Amino acid sequence: MGEILQQLVNGISLGAIYALIALGYTMIYGVLRFINFAHGDIFMIGAFSGYFVANAVSHILPTGSIGAVIVVFVASMTICALLGALIEYLAYRPLRKRPKLTVLITAIGVSLFLEYLSQLLFGATPRGFPEIISNHALIKSKAVTIDVVGAVVIITSFTLMLALRVIVMKTKIGTAMRAVSFNQQAASLMGINISKVITFTFMTGSALAAAGGVLYAAQYPSIDPLMGILPGLKAFVAAVLGGIGNITGAALGGMIIGIVESFIGGTFLSTYRDAIVFAILIGILIFKPSGILGKNEVEKV
Amino acid sequence: MNKYFSVVTAVVVLTSATFLSSCKKEGVAEGNDIIIGEYASMTGQTATFGQSVHAGAVLAIDEINQGGGIIGKKIVLKSEDDQSKTEDATAAVQKLINRDKVIALLGEVASSRSKAGGPIAQQSKIPMISPASTNEDVTKIGDYIFRICFIDPFQGNALASFAKKSLGAKRAAVLQDTKQDYSIGLANAFRETFRKSGGDVVSEQAYSSGDKDFRSALTSIRATNPDVIFIPGYYNEVSLIVRQARELGITVPLLGGDGWDSDELTKGAEQQFNNTYLSNHFSVEDPDAAVQNFVTKYKAKFQKDPDAMAALGYDAARILTQAITRAGSTDAAKLRDAIAATKDFNGVTGKITLNAQRNAEKPITILKIVNGKYHFAQRIGPNGETQTDFKTGDTPVTAPAK
Amino acid sequence: MRPQLIFALIFAGLIGLSLVTGKIDPYYYTVIIFIGINITMATSLNLINGFTGQFSLGHAGFMGVGAYVSAIASTFLTTHGLGTEVMGGVPVMAIALLVGGLAAALTGLAVGIPSLRLKGDYLAIVTLGFNEIIRVIIQNVDFKIDGISYVGGARGFAVPQLSSFLWVFGIALVAIYFVENLINSTYGRGFLAVRDDEVAAEAMGVHTTRFKVRAFVIGSFFAGIGGGLFAHFIQYITPDNFTFLKSIEIVVMVILGGMGSTYGVILAAILLTIMPEALREFSEYRMIIYSLMLIVLMIARPQGLFGSETFTRFFAKRKAAANKV
Repeated sequence: MGEILQQLVNGISLGAIYALIALGYTMIYGVLRFINFAHGDIFMIGAFSGYFVANAVSHILPTGSIGAVIVVFVASMTICALLGALIEYLAYRPLRKRPKLTVLITAIGVSLFLEYLSQLLFGATPRGFPEIISNHALIKSKAVTIDVVGAVVIITSFTLMLALRVIVMKTKIGTAMRAVSFNQQAASLMGINISKVITFTFMTGSALAAAGGVLYAAQYPSIDPLMGILPGLKAFVAAVLGGIGNITGAALGGMIIGIVESFIGGTFLSTYRDAIVFAILIGILIFKPSGILGKNEVEKV
Repeated sequence: MNKYFSVVTAVVVLTSATFLSSCKKEGVAEGNDIIIGEYASMTGQTATFGQSVHAGAVLAIDEINQGGGIIGKKIVLKSEDDQSKTEDATAAVQKLINRDKVIALLGEVASSRSKAGGPIAQQSKIPMISPASTNEDVTKIGDYIFRICFIDPFQGNALASFAKKSLGAKRAAVLQDTKQDYSIGLANAFRETFRKSGGDVVSEQAYSSGDKDFRSALTSIRATNPDVIFIPGYYNEVSLIVRQARELGITVPLLGGDGWDSDELTKGAEQQFNNTYLSNHFSVEDPDAAVQNFVTKYKAKFQKDPDAMAALGYDAARILTQAITRAGSTDAAKLRDAIAATKDFNGVTGKITLNAQRNAEKPITILKIVNGKYHFAQRIGPNGETQTDFKTGDTPVTAPAK
Repeated sequence: MRPQLIFALIFAGLIGLSLVTGKIDPYYYTVIIFIGINITMATSLNLINGFTGQFSLGHAGFMGVGAYVSAIASTFLTTHGLGTEVMGGVPVMAIALLVGGLAAALTGLAVGIPSLRLKGDYLAIVTLGFNEIIRVIIQNVDFKIDGISYVGGARGFAVPQLSSFLWVFGIALVAIYFVENLINSTYGRGFLAVRDDEVAAEAMGVHTTRFKVRAFVIGSFFAGIGGGLFAHFIQYITPDNFTFLKSIEIVVMVILGGMGSTYGVILAAILLTIMPEALREFSEYRMIIYSLMLIVLMIARPQGLFGSETFTRFFAKRKAAANKV
């Protein structure tokens, strides 16, 4: 019983981070209908920005203090938001009217570029991430252990997800985003500046990835230039599982993947873990081809 | 449209042509230099190992060149990146041997890529020294292939008997990396020896390189109440595994191999690493003059502490150059014989003798981590005999003379 | 000139060339062999992605199945009396490649049937998923027959050297010929119909799912053979050779070449194999340059190098152009 409870706790904190990255995939897909392969690498850049910012401010704001945490989050989210906007402007905008597959290859190019550039600039050796959240056990019983970082990860992720929902549902730009995702042409005829909406979407998605990166690094304090590949892939799976383009779906998908991974990880099937995660995805998609919460679009002539 | 086709085709043809001609120039040996080749994973999945080995080799070659070179010549190190890919390693080795005309090769860390490049070196009769490929089969490729690291069974056996005899463990759990040949090799050897000596392997869990969350596997291990957990992985993951194990309230000794060695391992988690042991050839804390000299120079050049891979890269390059000096020429057969005759080489990773199977025979040291510092715990000889026992628990930081 | 004649001439040329491969520098030879294997891989993926419009990110998985199964076959045969000493290893290689190709085709069938309900990105992620499932399964397989280790899990699998210039380019030529003839046949138009407009194709009586599955099976068959050639050339395979990153490499060739343009895809395969080699002098910078070139190429030429020109149409057009003059 204790083991099951512990695995559930492990799964939720892992799933929360997957969900955060999945949101970026889903938002960009919703607006542009293409898979931003470089999203996992933005997540990585977010973690590295956090690393450098935390070290840079450590003599003004002691590492572990509330001030330092806020500075680290705000700084790395800003850096990645700008980076996201820059990538969109340079690499994706010239291809906006082109087939989505073309943009996909460009995204792969951007992803490789960020990875190799980081391996050159930062070196491939993993670095220890500073302890920006001072960690100790929050609940420690024989059955279950929950520590501060785990709790912060879960709370921050959910807060950010809620904030995103408010932005998308209640604000003007959010309404514009939904309009663009619903029908780009009609939205543009209604006077919505499509480019502005797309830039904003990229900035928001990248900022969320950066937050995910910092949280991930706080939870697993070892960062390296290829750290984004695997979580990026898992988050992508999560987004598709939940129904790509659907924000609640991405959060749900992330949670499912995180929890499933945790439970399989502790059994004799652990060597097949990644295979089982994909098998579940395939199973669900066969019965529900557009994901759990996705709308099944009937192709019209 | 047709014009466009011709243009693109012409571009492709031209690229191919420049590629062919650009390589032609490189083949010319620059008169008085000895060209040594190195292929390593400078980029890609295992770039961290390739970059470290490369740094170690560069340091060794620089030192030798500053000292006037060997047999009256300077050494040029030709490095090729293989992107951590087997097929790229094949191409890199072919290029080094056929275009750059290297006289010897420093091989890969990954056993799989050593096994892809090895046959080419063997066929071309170019001696190759692998700094860190631990899979038994690597040196079986042929008589031109050498290595200077432990082989998996030796290290796994040493650790199992240490766990059984010195730690008094009866129940062991194993947490292995299913993506790493090295980890599987160590785990297999450990399991076999531990069971043979009457112990019980109560839990076997696995992860894959690149994973960050090991809580689920550790939670399962915790439920089986082992006396010791054997984690034959690389420090990238181990630094997280140990933290997460301690966070889950696992207090039993944790044990690992030379893949643990890095100055990044315990950073920020010095307390959690208490009661952990690793086997190694080398430690930055070792007061031995050769080791300290290496550590100081490495730090001065690269602004960081060397890890085990860097030390192995350094030793591999020095063993090779020493063999060239002894052979007195760069003739392949003579050089091969000289490398094979390496005996009691005083490397930073221990005293190395190459045996008839072209494997390194050197003692293995088991270190205990106390507050982030490495303490010597035990030294086990090349044949598995305990050479020195430093009584685990209250060992001084000082090391015995080598 | 008739396409058949062109192919026959090229084949004759290949036989002629294969006589002198011993004289080529082994490094160039290695690169040339990789070009040949990549042509087979890209041409076969082009049938699925380019001609049938089914976006697959799992081609390396089929390649892996072919590589491992053919390696198992050749290892078993060479240790059971049918080695290189029998007719220069031709029978053992032929059997190994065929078995590998069939195994990959079967896998293609197994992947194709459940995936056919899915479209676009969903199909992409599912094929990628299958790729990873195949890799993980290989990673967990390890068995011995007569004391010889097969598959070897993550440790890897030593494979006899059986690939040669003629094998690699002969197969590439067969793949090109087969795909081109298929697409240009009346039956093969069905593939293009599925790509261009699925609803319309269905309305015209094209059994779309059947075409999709066939594209998967044929594409996987050649990918499996490509894997077999790869395994028997590099002589040591590990599951890491066949990750989704490898699939992406092949997809890049197809899209850069121009989806559905055999000629463009061949050129892209050549270009993308040579590019990392030609950039070797830049050592650590080479992959950065490579990725930048990829981005710039896509922006400068979004429809791929060749739009959707097929091999035979390309020659037909040239002929037409020549006649005009």
